Amino acid sequence: MGKKQLRRMDLIFANEHDYKEILSKTLKTPNQYIVEEMINSGLKGRGGAGFPTGLKWKLTAEAKGKTKYVICNADEGEPGTFKDREILTQVSYKVLTGMAVCSKITGAKKGYIYLRSEYKFLVPVLEKELSQFHLLCKENNLDFDVEIFLGSGAYICGEESALMESMEGKRGEPRNKPPFPTKSGYMGKPTVVNNVETLAHTFTIFKYGAKKFRDLGVQDSRGSKLFSISGDTPTPGIYELELGMTVQDFVDDFGDSDCKAVQVGGASGFLVPRKRFKETAIGYQGKLTGISLPTGGSMMLYNSSRSMYNVLDNYLDFFQEESCGQCTPCRVGCQQLVKGIEAVKRGEKKASYLDVLLKLTETMKVTAKCGLGQSVANSFQSIVANFREEMIY
Amino acid sequence: MTEVQTLVKDLANKHGRKRESLIPILQGIIQKDRFISEHAMIEIARELDISSAEVFGTATFYSFLDTDTRGKYVIRVCKTITCSMKGKNQILLSLEDGLKVKVGDTTPDKKFTLLETNCLGWCHKAPAMLINDDVYTELTPESVRQIIEEYKKRDIRVE
Repeated sequence: MGKKQLRRMDLIFANEHDYKEILSKTLKTPNQYIVEEMINSGLKGRGGAGFPTGLKWKLTAEAKGKTKYVICNADEGEPGTFKDREILTQVSYKVLTGMAVCSKITGAKKGYIYLRSEYKFLVPVLEKELSQFHLLCKENNLDFDVEIFLGSGAYICGEESALMESMEGKRGEPRNKPPFPTKSGYMGKPTVVNNVETLAHTFTIFKYGAKKFRDLGVQDSRGSKLFSISGDTPTPGIYELELGMTVQDFVDDFGDSDCKAVQVGGASGFLVPRKRFKETAIGYQGKLTGISLPTGGSMMLYNSSRSMYNVLDNYLDFFQEESCGQCTPCRVGCQQLVKGIEAVKRGEKKASYLDVLLKLTETMKVTAKCGLGQSVANSFQSIVANFREEMIY
Repeated sequence: MTEVQTLVKDLANKHGRKRESLIPILQGIIQKDRFISEHAMIEIARELDISSAEVFGTATFYSFLDTDTRGKYVIRVCKTITCSMKGKNQILLSLEDGLKVKVGDTTPDKKFTLLETNCLGWCHKAPAMLINDDVYTELTPESVRQIIEEYKKRDIRVE
């Protein structure tokens, strides 16, 4: 059998010249119908967590209170992701259309784009788009204003509650959940926080209907998704692919024919070794897809010239620096993991010390307050389990 | 009024005096001075009527809100995995050699500060770095040297 080429999609970056009409039309559609379409489409949060977007909008619309907010999360910080920057550069009007419709449904009068400071150069581009957008809102009698809030270099602020703390002028330390932002978010008011790509996808649903979106992908993982592809690949870049492909198909298409492992979902995701390429699919966890790995779109390929010890050490160094330091399991855990693997490598600790560290990651998984501390276990366990020898010698 | 006091006042007039105004104000200081001095933090606390410990706690949380002395041009070289795989160390060596400083240091003339940073989001065009807000990608030791020379010249013209 020949190589199966993955189906490339072109929905997100396709220029839609009729976007003004689509916005007007959608703003005249009854809320209930839009929410039903959104839920039927199967669109889930594209930042990686995968919460159903339609449901998020519905919950915020139903939440009590007059003041509500819509926030576009553009704090794209996961190692290996860079798709949101490209969406904002090329088709920010789709993102803004999504925010406008969300404003109509939830009643939010104020929106924010939380842009990471590493992308500050985008501010003039976005400001220009925003001034047009605000005119468009006026034409459509929509009382909605969007502002850019610039981040200041903190990975953790991509976590929605830390993001809101940061907007409130505080340290970006994640909050306890519940309450969820749909009930109590920015300034304690009901808030929708959506990833840039999620909002861009809503445009596809407004224009083409839920069915077109739903027909893509597989059970539980509907639609297409942008993938940020980097590492040992002859063709790094941003690609829109259908969800549900296996890692093998992915590697056949993007690998350099010497791929030994793929990191799915960035440093907080999972490492898939060659022997598991065939049985692992990319998408949200579902009953029918077998082993299925969720991803915010970061795909990093490593070939046989790479030391997986260096890879893990680099990830752990990242987490150690980016941990907000608020909860002990994550703050101390990350430090001990770095110290631990370095000591094993130097031969100061026995190889069996890796098992102690594995236990530590298990503890972090259940006791850390937020996704950062909980997900360190993902890469640590999948790398140590599959490349133990490289950790030691 | 000192220069810092004036700057803080102007920023507070622009962004407001609420707690939510704090980060935009801190960013305003960075924009102008590249780092936030203790004096500036105390002035901000006074202007916003909050504890200076709160200002310090917030500023030191964020890696782009520097509180140590910085040069006019802050260079941040990405050290996360892909940039690291694609030759970040050679880039750093070239910069250290060109600027005659080590990572973390500022040149004696206060023009350049050399730092490392976490993922900049240019993994497909690695290695990458930021100089203040400007992005440079697909770096080589040679291209880095050229970029630095450009910045050195730029400064002479300004003066």
